[in-house]
Amino acid sequence: MEDNNKTYWKGIEELSNNTDFVKSAQNEFPEYLSVKEKKKGKSNVPSDDITGTNRRDFLKMLGFGVTAVSLAACDAPVRKAIPYLNKPEEIDASIANYYASTYVDSSGDYSSVLVKTREGRPIKIEPNAMSSITPTGTSTRAQASLLDLYDQERLKGPWVKATNKLTTWEDVDGKISSQLQQGGAIRIVSSSIISPTTRKVIQEFISKYPTATHVVYDAVSYSGIIKANNASFGRAVIPSYNFANADIIVGISADFLGSWPNSTENSYQYGQTRKVGQNKKQMSRHYQFETILSLTGANADYRSPIKPSQEGLVVAALYNRIARQTGGSAVNTPDLKIAYLEEAAKDLLAAKGKAVVVSGSNDVNVQTMVNAINNLLGAYGPVIDLNTPVNLKQGDDSAMANFVQEVKNGQVAAVIFYDANPVYNYPAGKEFATNLQKVKLKVSFASSLDETAALCDYVCPNHNYLEAWNDAEPKRGFYSLGQPTISPVFKTRAAQESLLTWSGNPQDYYTYLRNNWRQTIFPSASGFNSFDDFWNKSLHDGVFETRSAAPVNVAIPSIQEVPSSNAAPASTGSAVSFSGDVNAAASAIGSTYKAANQTVELCIYEKTGLGNGEQANNPLLQEFPDPISRACWGNYVAIPQSMANSMELEQDEIVRVDIQGKQPLELPVLIQPGQADGTIAIAVGYGREIAGKAGKNVGKNAYPFIQYNGTTLSYTQPSVKLTKTGEKHQIAQVQTHHTIMARPIVQEANLKEYQANPAAGRYAPKIATAEGPKKPGEISIWDEHSYTNHSWGMVIDLNSCIGCGACVVSCNVENNIPVVGRQEVINRREMHWLRIDRYYSSDADPEDKSISGYKNLEQASANPEVVFQPMLCQQCGNAPCETVCPVIATAHSSEGLNMMAYNRCIGTRYCANNCPYKVRRFNWFKYNNNEEFDYHMNNDLGKMVLNPDVTVRSRGVMEKCTFCVQRIQLGKLEAKKQRRRPVDGEIVTACASVCPTNAIVFGDLLDPESRVAKIRQAEYEKRAFEVLNEINTKPQISYLTKIRNKEVSNKQA
Amino acid sequence: MSQVVSPVREPLVIGGKTYADVTEDVCRQVEGKPTKLWLICFTLALITLGYGSYCLFYTWWTGIGVWGLNKTVGWAWDITNFVWWVGIGHAGTLISAILLLFRQKWRTSINRAAEAMTIFAVLCAASFILAHMGRPWLAHWALPLPNTYGSLWVNFNSPLVWDVFAISTYLTVSLVFWYIGLIPDLATIRDRARNKVSKFVYGAMSFGWDGSAKTWARYESVSLILAGLSTPLVLSVHTIVSFDFATSVIPGWHTTIFPPYFVAGAIFSGFAMVLTLMLITREVFNLKEYITIGHMESMNKIIMLTGSIVGVAYITELFIAWYSGVQYEQYAFLNRATGPYWWAYWSMMTCNVISPQLFWIRKIRRSVAATFILSIIVNIGMWFERFVIIVTSLHRDYLPSSWAMFYPTMYDIGDYIFSFGLFFTLFLLFAKFLPVVNMAEVKAILKSSSAKVAEKRGAAVQTDFQARPAFNKDVE
Repeated sequence: MEDNNKTYWKGIEELSNNTDFVKSAQNEFPEYLSVKEKKKGKSNVPSDDITGTNRRDFLKMLGFGVTAVSLAACDAPVRKAIPYLNKPEEIDASIANYYASTYVDSSGDYSSVLVKTREGRPIKIEPNAMSSITPTGTSTRAQASLLDLYDQERLKGPWVKATNKLTTWEDVDGKISSQLQQGGAIRIVSSSIISPTTRKVIQEFISKYPTATHVVYDAVSYSGIIKANNASFGRAVIPSYNFANADIIVGISADFLGSWPNSTENSYQYGQTRKVGQNKKQMSRHYQFETILSLTGANADYRSPIKPSQEGLVVAALYNRIARQTGGSAVNTPDLKIAYLEEAAKDLLAAKGKAVVVSGSNDVNVQTMVNAINNLLGAYGPVIDLNTPVNLKQGDDSAMANFVQEVKNGQVAAVIFYDANPVYNYPAGKEFATNLQKVKLKVSFASSLDETAALCDYVCPNHNYLEAWNDAEPKRGFYSLGQPTISPVFKTRAAQESLLTWSGNPQDYYTYLRNNWRQTIFPSASGFNSFDDFWNKSLHDGVFETRSAAPVNVAIPSIQEVPSSNAAPASTGSAVSFSGDVNAAASAIGSTYKAANQTVELCIYEKTGLGNGEQANNPLLQEFPDPISRACWGNYVAIPQSMANSMELEQDEIVRVDIQGKQPLELPVLIQPGQADGTIAIAVGYGREIAGKAGKNVGKNAYPFIQYNGTTLSYTQPSVKLTKTGEKHQIAQVQTHHTIMARPIVQEANLKEYQANPAAGRYAPKIATAEGPKKPGEISIWDEHSYTNHSWGMVIDLNSCIGCGACVVSCNVENNIPVVGRQEVINRREMHWLRIDRYYSSDADPEDKSISGYKNLEQASANPEVVFQPMLCQQCGNAPCETVCPVIATAHSSEGLNMMAYNRCIGTRYCANNCPYKVRRFNWFKYNNNEEFDYHMNNDLGKMVLNPDVTVRSRGVMEKCTFCVQRIQLGKLEAKKQRRRPVDGEIVTACASVCPTNAIVFGDLLDPESRVAKIRQAEYEKRAFEVLNEINTKPQISYLTKIRNKEVSNKQA
Repeated sequence: MSQVVSPVREPLVIGGKTYADVTEDVCRQVEGKPTKLWLICFTLALITLGYGSYCLFYTWWTGIGVWGLNKTVGWAWDITNFVWWVGIGHAGTLISAILLLFRQKWRTSINRAAEAMTIFAVLCAASFILAHMGRPWLAHWALPLPNTYGSLWVNFNSPLVWDVFAISTYLTVSLVFWYIGLIPDLATIRDRARNKVSKFVYGAMSFGWDGSAKTWARYESVSLILAGLSTPLVLSVHTIVSFDFATSVIPGWHTTIFPPYFVAGAIFSGFAMVLTLMLITREVFNLKEYITIGHMESMNKIIMLTGSIVGVAYITELFIAWYSGVQYEQYAFLNRATGPYWWAYWSMMTCNVISPQLFWIRKIRRSVAATFILSIIVNIGMWFERFVIIVTSLHRDYLPSSWAMFYPTMYDIGDYIFSFGLFFTLFLLFAKFLPVVNMAEVKAILKSSSAKVAEKRGAAVQTDFQARPAFNKDVE
C-alpha cells in the first residue's frame, strides 16, 4: 500500500502560517477557548495565571475527591467494644458467671437469687436453690428488677434541689452533716428494712444523733396483723406460714399468693399442697372469701365474693361456728349468710391442726378474731409459726401518722427518706408534700427522682441492689447476702455508707457488713474454721440459715420495733398462748361491719406485677399483664357485671369515683367477673407523677383513697359515688375474650372424680375412619420425625400453676423480648412468647349449640371458676407453621424443637396464621433504636440487659419460643466438654427455672431418668394431655389436668 | 374463526360496520388527541396513584405495623386484596383462552380489554404479595434461586411458594398471549401512522408484521397453543391461591371445597370487573356497535352461573361445618354469620348470592345501568368474601384467649387505593395507546355475525324456520 502522506490543515491559519498562529501553536486550546477561569472584566489576563484551576487540576481533584469520599464511605463503623487490658480472672468472654444475691423490694417481695452476669453485666435473675425460702422461683418483680439497674433515668450522682444540678459526694456530705448537727428532731422514714446490718447502721446514726428516730411505714401496710399479734400473743410480728402443712386453707381477702409479703415462699408451699399424682391423691382445699378476684382467689376451690363491709362479720361468723364446736365462747355479732361459709367451717374443724385461716384485713379487730380462730384450730405450730416471723412488712401506721403530724406541726428539723416515697404513696401525700416545706433538711436516698425526692433538698442516690453489698433477714434466723454484680453504673453510693458518713464513721459498707456478720452471725454458725470460711460459704450460697426456729442471739437491734403496749420481749422459740380479747374485737367488728350495706364500696389493692408502684418506671412490669384482668399499662375501676348493667356502663368508659373529703378520680371501668356485687376496686401503684418515661402518668394514683382510721390504714371505703363522665379510655388488655367456650383446651376434674379415675376430665377425641374410630395420632399424612439424641419436652401442671406470671417476665428478660407500649398492646401486638391464658367459667350450658348458646358461653359467670394455662410454643412434632413457611425460616430440629432462623424470615406471617396456639409474634416495627418505642432497647444503658446469646430481632421477622435453645446448646456443650450426657435439671428453660411452684418441668423426653419423662410416663393417658391433639400437631408439651378439690364439679362451661 | 353463526342469534357487531369502519372506529382513539374525558380520568387515576404510593411508601418505610394487623389476625386487607385482584385477573384469560377453545365468537370484541385488565389486575395482586411481607426487600428469597448458602432452597411444601410459581406463570403467559394478539392490530396502526414517532414505536412493537397468509397462519396457531397453555392456568391459579387457605389447619380455612369454589368466584368477579370496565369504555370511546347489549347479556349469564356456584359453595360450607361434628369448625361458621363480623358475611351473601340472581330477569340482564351497578356490587361482594374467609376465620380460631378483632387503618385503606391507582393508570394508558378492541378478530366475524349478515339472511331464514321447524333436529 502506498504511503499516504496527506497533510491536513487545522485551519486556514496553519496554511498561511502567519506569525500569530505560530506563536500560539503549542497551546492546545486557543485563548478564546481557554479552559482557564477568567476573571470577570479582565479578558486579557496572562495565560500563566496559576490561580485558576485548569482542566487537568480539576480532573485530579475530582479523582482524589471521589476516591477519598468512597474510601471514607467504605470505612467500617466504629465499634465501641473495648477489650480487657487485664482480663479479670473469673471473667471469660461469652461464659456467664453467677453470683448469689438477694432481691428485696418495698412491696414485700423477697427472693434469694442468683445473678447471671456476662462480661461484667447482670443479665438474668435466677432463683437460688440453696435458699430454703425461695428455692424454686422468684417473683415477677425480681425478674424485672434488672431494668431498674439499667434505667438511664436514675440519678447519676448526688443531686441538689437548690441548683437542680448534680454535685459531688463531698459537697453533699459536708452540707448534710453540718445541717444535721444543728440539732432538732431528725426522722429517718423508710419502708420495711429487713437488712440487719442496715438497721445497725441506722442505730448507729441514731446514737450519733439522739434526736433521730426511725419511722417505718409500708405503702401497703400489714400493720393490722402486727398489732393483732401483739395483742393476742405479745408478739408484734407477722408470723410465717407453712401452707404446705395445711389441708384446709381459708383466705378472707388475703392475697397470700399475689401481693402479700413473702408471696414467693407462700406460693412454693401452696404449690406443694396442690400437686397430685400417682402416689399422692390428696390435695389441700382452699376457700376464699374476698371482694376482688385476686390471684389467690382465682386458685381457690370455693370462692365467695363478699363486700369489704362484711369482712369482719364473715370472720366472726366463722369464729362462732368453730368456737361452738371446739368449746370456745361464741361472740355476739350479726350472723350472715355467705355461700360456702358453713362448708368452710366444717372442713376447718375436720382438719384441726392442719387448717388455717388467713385474712388480709388491716383491721386489728378482724385479725384478732382470725388469731382466735387459728388458735382454736390449733394452727399455731404446724401451720403458723410466730417464732419465725416474717420481717418483710414492719410498717407501723400509727408511727407514720405521728410523723406526718409532726411534720405538719413543724416539729421536724430533718428527714431522711430511705426507700420511701410518702408524697406519692401516703394517703395524705399531697398535704404532706406542702407540709414538708416546713422541714429544713430533707434528704432522700431515692435512686431516681420520685415525688418525694423531687421535694428534697438533697438526693443521695442509693445503689441498685445489683451494685451493692447488703444482707437480709426475711424471716428470723434466715439470713441472706447481697453482693455487687457490676460496678456502680453511676456515681451513686450505698445509703448505708451515706448514713455512716454522716454519723462520722466513714467506713465502706462492705467492711461494715463483714464486721457485723463476724460479730453477730458468725457466732451462731458452726463447723467453720474461720470467719473467712464462713463468709465465703455464705457469700457463695447467698444464704445462711440457722433453720432452727430459735433465733440466733443477735446483738443487732430486734427487727420488731413496733411500739408494743404489752412490751413482751420477743421470746425465743417458746410456745405461745392466745390472750387476745375476742369479745372486744367482736363488739368492735359488730359496730364497724354491716351484713348488708347498700352503698357502693371501694377496695384498694396491689397488683401482682407492679406492686406498690416503686418500680413504675420498669417497662417490663408495666407491660406485664395482670394475671386476672390481663390488663397492663394503667389502672382502672374494676366493677362487677351487675353494676355495669345497672349503671349501663361499658368497658373502657371513664367514671368519676367520688369519696367524701377526697379528690375524685377519673378512671376507665373494667368489668371484672368475681368482683363482689356493689363493690369496685382500684389498684395502687399507678399514677406516678414524677418517674421516668415509662412510668410517668400511667393510670391514676389511688393511694389518696386509703383511709387512716386512727390505728391502721384501711384499704376499703364504705361509700363511694360512681358517676359516668361519658368519656372513654381504652384499657390495654392482652386477652379480650375471657371464657373457654366449652372447648377441651383446659381439661379439668374434681378431686373425687380424679381419685376414682386418674383420667377424669380428660377429653379423648376419636377420628372416624373407614376402619372405625381412631385416636388422632394414629392417622397421619406426616412422616414422623425421629429424635435419636434428645427430645426436649415439657410438662405443665395446671393444678399447681397459680398464674403468678414470673415465667412470663423471666422469658422476656432471657429472650430479649421487646416492650411495645400501651397502644401496641391495645392493637393486640404484645410480644410475649409465653403468656398465661386465663379463662373464666361461664354459666351457660356447654351442650347448647345454638347461636344464643354460644353467645351465653361468651359471658363469664358472676363468680367464675378460674383456670390459668401457660401457653407457649408447643414445639409441635407435626408443626403447622413449618410446612407453610415459603423460605424454611422455621424448621424442625433433630431434637424436637421448632426452630426459627430470624435471618431467613421474610415476614409473610403465614406461620403465625397457621399456628393453632397463636404463640408466634411478629415484629411489626423495629422495636430497638426506635424513638417510637422508647423503652430499654432504645438507649445504650438499657441495652446492657440484653442477652448476648439471643438475637435482637429486626422488624419484619417472626419470632417465638424455642425452649430457650441457647440454654440447651450451652448445656449440651458443657456436658460434651466433660464427656458425659446432660443431666436432668442441668438444662432448664427460663420459664421453668423461675416457677415458684415448679408447675413447669422441662427436660429430655428420651432420658428415662428425667423428671419430665417420668411424669409423662406416669401420667400417660391419665392426667397428661396435649392441647388440640385432635389436629395431630403432636406437641412436645403436655399439660396435666386441673383438679379442683370440690365436692361436686361445676357442670357448666 | 369463520364458522357460520346461526342467523337466529343476535348479531355480534351491529350498525352495519364494514372492515374500514372497524379500523376507523378503533384506531380513532389511538390516533387522535386524548379526549377531555380521558384526561380527567387519567388525572384522577394519577392522583389516586400518587396518594396510594405515599401510603405504600410509608408502609414500607415504617413497617407493616402501620396496618391494623395483630398477633391473631396476621393477614387481612393485604391478602384480601391480593386474592381479590388475582380473582379479577381470571376473566381475561378465561375469555381469551377457554372461550377461544369453545369457539365463542362473542369474545372477540371484549377479549383485548379483558386480557389487559387481567395483566393489570395480576400486577396489582403482585404488589400486595410484595407489600404484605415483613421484609419485602428479601422477596427474591421466595424464588428458588441459586445461592451461596449451600443447599438452602425454598420450601416446596409451602402453598406460598406454589403461589409464587402460579402467579408468575400466569402473568407471563397472559402477557405473551395478550401481546401476540396485539401484533396484527399494532401493525394496522403502524400502517396508518402519520408521524414518525408513532410509526417507529408501533413499528417496533408490531415486530415486522407483514400480514401475509403465512404470518396469519402462524398467528392463528400460536394463539391456539397459547390458549391451550392458558386454559389450565385459569383453573390452576386460583386453585393454588385457595391452597393457601385449604392446606392450613385453621377452621374456616381448612376446607376441601376451596379450589372449585375459588375458581368460580374468580370468574364471577373477573367478569363483573370486565363488565364494569367495558360498559365505561363503550360509552367513552363510542364502541357500542362492537360491545353490544348481547355481549353484556352473555357475560351476565356467566355471572349468574358462577354466582350460583359460589352460593352453593357457601351453603355447602355451612352444611359440612355442621356435619363434621368438629366444634371449632362449627363455631367458625356460626361466628362468621353471627359474630362480630356478621355484617361482612351478610354483605357477602347479599352481593354474591342474591344480587346475581336478578339476572334471571331478562330486562335486568339487558339493562346497562342495572348491569353496571350489579357488576360493582358483585366485586364488593367478592372482596367481602375474601375478607370473611381470611379475617373471620383468623380472628377467632382455636384458643379463645387469642381471639381478637381487626380494624383497618388509613394505611390498610391507602395501600388498597394504591392498587386502584395503579390499575386505572395502566388501564387508561392502555385504552389510549393501544387498540381496546381486537380489530383483526372482529373483522374475522364481520362476515359471519354482523348485523348486515343478519339483515341479509334474516327474511329467508325466518321463513325457512317457520316452514321447517324440525330442521336440523331430526337426527334419527
